[in-house]
Amino acid sequence: MDWMAWTWPTAAFFGIIACTLIVFTILAIKFPETPRIGILRIETTRGDRLFITLLGSAFINLAWLGLVGANQPYALILCLIYAAAVFRWV
Amino acid sequence: MDKTVNQKAWFLVLPVLLLVAFSAVVPLMTVVNYSVQDTFGNNEFFWAGLEWFEEMLASERMWDALGRQLLFSAIILAIEVPLGVFVALNMPKSGFWASFCLVLMSLPLLIPWNVVGTIWQIFGRVDIGLLGYVLDALGIPYNYTQDSLAAWITIIVMDVWHWTSLVALLAYAGLKSIPDAYYQAAKIDQASRWKVFRFIELPKMMGVLMIAILLRFMDSFMIYTEPFVVTGGGPGNSTTLLSIDLVKMALGQFDLGPAAAFSIMYFLVILLICWVFYTVMTNLDKREG
Repeated sequence: MDWMAWTWPTAAFFGIIACTLIVFTILAIKFPETPRIGILRIETTRGDRLFITLLGSAFINLAWLGLVGANQPYALILCLIYAAAVFRWV
Repeated sequence: MDKTVNQKAWFLVLPVLLLVAFSAVVPLMTVVNYSVQDTFGNNEFFWAGLEWFEEMLASERMWDALGRQLLFSAIILAIEVPLGVFVALNMPKSGFWASFCLVLMSLPLLIPWNVVGTIWQIFGRVDIGLLGYVLDALGIPYNYTQDSLAAWITIIVMDVWHWTSLVALLAYAGLKSIPDAYYQAAKIDQASRWKVFRFIELPKMMGVLMIAILLRFMDSFMIYTEPFVVTGGGPGNSTTLLSIDLVKMALGQFDLGPAAAFSIMYFLVILLICWVFYTVMTNLDKREG
């Protein structure tokens, strides 16, 4: 695995993503759901909302880095608020 | 709306997922790993944190390339989609000429990218190329190696030549699926040609047109070979599109860290646009259904 140039932070990052996907897969099997229409006026399932959360979080982090440029962990707090909003209203 | 969604079918996708893991996910993970480190070769890496992302976000070079890329995609979509629809509307609907047109339209799609680039590179040359020579003989100043505008026109015309057929063929398939009854009803109502297009043909083509726009946008947004063969990104940096810039950075300068950060941002933009198109398409389908 040396050629992949792993680091602890990136391994942890992918680990968290993998765990999230596994948890959501189990949730989808155990508690099947009905798609709903939220403020974006599109039908979304839990998985869709997770995707919107992850993609949006990536952009929030980039925007924070580009515009603020310091205290990157605060961007994560913003992401959590965003995630809660997505799961509640989208 | 009361039907629950059963997600178990996703397990059937596992074999494909394994294949994709090796061809896409593992390389993508490696790129993420590169993006937070610096290397001087020899497979030795040093932690750099978010430095490369910061550098790339502040890099005028990347924003310029992104601007050129968006402009390129916007121009080719603005030309190829209406032109493709126009061609499809005017193609024969049946008989020998319909088959002939279909084969003729497919030909550019069968030519590999680098060959298309080479064809246009030679075609546009002022000394031996038919196009360049004729324009020069007519007294029209044209030299894609020295003039940015000429270089842009060349790569746009090349892309239009290569890919309008795809839009036309998709639009044609959409048109063929419209039942005759619609046209008969329009005739009874004495609808004009424009109204038939606006209220029958265009709505019925919407689904395939969205696919055409998505395909053409993604392809043009990631284009590399054709403009690289024709202009090499020049003159200066005037036709250096995102992927050309990325390859220059990663392979030419061996700046793996910044190039990896650049790739991830490029990937995120593509993912976002893909999702938007996918959502619009599936919602269109549902509305039609």
